[in-house]
Amino acid sequence: MKSLSEIETTAKRASKAAGFSWGESEEIGKCIRQLEMFGLPGIKHLNSYFHDKIKNNYENLSLINQSNSSPSSPYCPIILGIGFLDQLKTLENYQKIYFSNIAYPILFLSFLSRSSEIIGKKINVKFDEKEILLNLNVNIYSNFLELEFPKNSENLEINFVENKDNFSDEEWRSLYKLSENTFVEEKDSLKKGAAGAGLTDND
Amino acid sequence: MKVQLRDPNTIMKLSRLGSFHQSKLSFLRSFLNEFKDWEYKRDLFNLDKFGYGEAVYSFRKDKRTYSLVCFANEIKDNERSDRVIATKWDAAFTLHDGVPTQKDIDRLKNEVPKQEVGRLSFKELTLSRANKSVRVFDHVVEKLSEGKQPDLELLSKVGYLYRTTAVYGSGKFGLADRFRIKNREEINGPFRLEMMLVYLVRQFTFDQVNHVSHHKNPSKAVKLDKKICKNLGIGNSTGLGMAPFIVNHPTLLNNWVLSREIALKKIREIKTVKKKESDLFVDCIKKSLTNITSWNTDSEYQQIKIKNLLKDIKKFIKFIDKSFDFEDDYPFNKIYLWLENEVCEECIEYVVSIMMEPYNEITTPLITQMSSEEDKYFTIPSSRSLKELRNIIEKKYSNILKINFDKKQNTQNFWFISKNKEEPRLADRFEESGSELEQPIAIARDVKKLYEKLLNTTNISTVAEFLSKNPELRHIVRRVFIVEKFPYSEIQDNTIGKNIMPIDMLRLKLSFFGALKFDPRSDKWLRICMFQGAPLPDELKNYDEQWVYRTSI
Repeated sequence: MKSLSEIETTAKRASKAAGFSWGESEEIGKCIRQLEMFGLPGIKHLNSYFHDKIKNNYENLSLINQSNSSPSSPYCPIILGIGFLDQLKTLENYQKIYFSNIAYPILFLSFLSRSSEIIGKKINVKFDEKEILLNLNVNIYSNFLELEFPKNSENLEINFVENKDNFSDEEWRSLYKLSENTFVEEKDSLKKGAAGAGLTDND
Repeated sequence: MKVQLRDPNTIMKLSRLGSFHQSKLSFLRSFLNEFKDWEYKRDLFNLDKFGYGEAVYSFRKDKRTYSLVCFANEIKDNERSDRVIATKWDAAFTLHDGVPTQKDIDRLKNEVPKQEVGRLSFKELTLSRANKSVRVFDHVVEKLSEGKQPDLELLSKVGYLYRTTAVYGSGKFGLADRFRIKNREEINGPFRLEMMLVYLVRQFTFDQVNHVSHHKNPSKAVKLDKKICKNLGIGNSTGLGMAPFIVNHPTLLNNWVLSREIALKKIREIKTVKKKESDLFVDCIKKSLTNITSWNTDSEYQQIKIKNLLKDIKKFIKFIDKSFDFEDDYPFNKIYLWLENEVCEECIEYVVSIMMEPYNEITTPLITQMSSEEDKYFTIPSSRSLKELRNIIEKKYSNILKINFDKKQNTQNFWFISKNKEEPRLADRFEESGSELEQPIAIARDVKKLYEKLLNTTNISTVAEFLSKNPELRHIVRRVFIVEKFPYSEIQDNTIGKNIMPIDMLRLKLSFFGALKFDPRSDKWLRICMFQGAPLPDELKNYDEQWVYRTSI
């Protein structure tokens, strides 16, 4: 089994050899490491992307808008991912962001996962009937992990999920009420003697 | 009185970093302190009469066990090489997480002796190999088997029976990644498991030499005297592989140097020094003379440094004996200011290290701050302005900006990774091919390039926009934002100039390991000694903390 350190170093060096700058390659190394740690096929898709890159043209999108489309050739997932990280502060202001025609969307996902950690918000990604929740770069939750990730995504939608509870107020109240059964009801003597502070602070 | 931390522009110059010495902050000393209460055991010692076979040594505490698994092999003299191109070694080692089963030992027996071409698993933490100092090892076997102790003069010239030629960790060749073990309290300090491996290897070398001697002449052989064992360490041959490490781990480098600088600052701020503290300091300085006078090297470069160090230390001893009063206020500050004016860099840093000896209360908390969560500082704050980026460069790299990289001599060398061994190398840019595959180690040149680009950039306000148009400068933009927060994270020197001394980079790292007796064999590799004078494993429960200065050979 390869260690994550070996995975990161090799992905970084291969990316440099594939034509990316050292700084970009460092980003790629980190992202592939993260994908593999989550059990996702990062090495497989990076390898396949680099082979395809020799034959195919990919569009480098440097300035990301709310809606982005590349009709001729697919977006390079790496340049897109790095741009997303760099422009995160601006992009966060959009509730949703749309892309059409992205190559190797799983590679883009790894950058979005890091973005989720940086802004402290979950990111929901939908493409081709598939849904993925990127949870602060701690884990990735998806409804299709058993299936192959596609080499291309026609339409991809990103949704920044506002920080809110995953449960209703009623569910919370019910559970809290149960937790109160670990508390002791204070009689007068306990009220006077059990607390560290005085009963009045008007001194 | 408040003393300022020393200026990184001075301290982070290579000549200064290459003058650092071991101290109480050094990893091998903090390792011994951490593991002194652990139970040490030799679990297996299955060597034949020539000393070939397997052995296992362990440290145990509560439910945790670390086991060194050793494989000693027969090799021919012409196969023995300290260079990284070697494929066979006298012995090979791995530190196993837990107690190895027979199945583990069988698996490791196939892989560990192969080193870089073998595969380890997440159950192994570090990997190493070592060669005998044949001259010393054979002499010791000869003498012990005759019932005599070896010639101390010969031992003092070398200082060890074996020298390691590489120690690997952190995920290399399939070893466990750091994240798997980083929350263990006992290894909350850099390179602690690498230090454990080297320390246990040292014990293996004594056991092996005793074993071979006994089998050579069972009726007459004696064991190597414990005092002699204690005064022997483990040698190490180190080449360029170590140099880029300190460039590639800027926050870690910062935390090492910053800890040293904070310790010095706090010591200089002590108004009243107790007699027992000043006595200990003076005693260590005087006893350390043995370390200097027994420091052997054929390197003219190092001989000059040692000669100057010895001259200056004697001058310093004369100063504290004749003209100095430790009852004055802020005595260590006065000493430091005197050193700055009167002695060479090597001597300044030597005394700075020894100043820490009386002050556990200062050094102990710092040791826990010498690791780094490097990933935390990886992301570039790309929403910041180009003006801020430029200001950081002007403030933090002022000396670097003065270097003229149009001069050939300032870009004479380049760093690359060797295809044969996947190890860093340095070569002349104008005489060798391969500079198009240069590694990003030329930080000074690239910072200057970034700065000049920034000066000529208009109509762009944020770093994000700048990076989209200049992706080739991304790695260096990241570093600039790191050095903003971590003042000692950057070598303030040109790492590709004609006059670079790569061994300065090696020495910096090795001094933090706790190495003694740096012996440069060229400007690109050196030999050192580790754990010379250190307590033996069965003495750890109660040992003299200043053992470094008590060696007798």
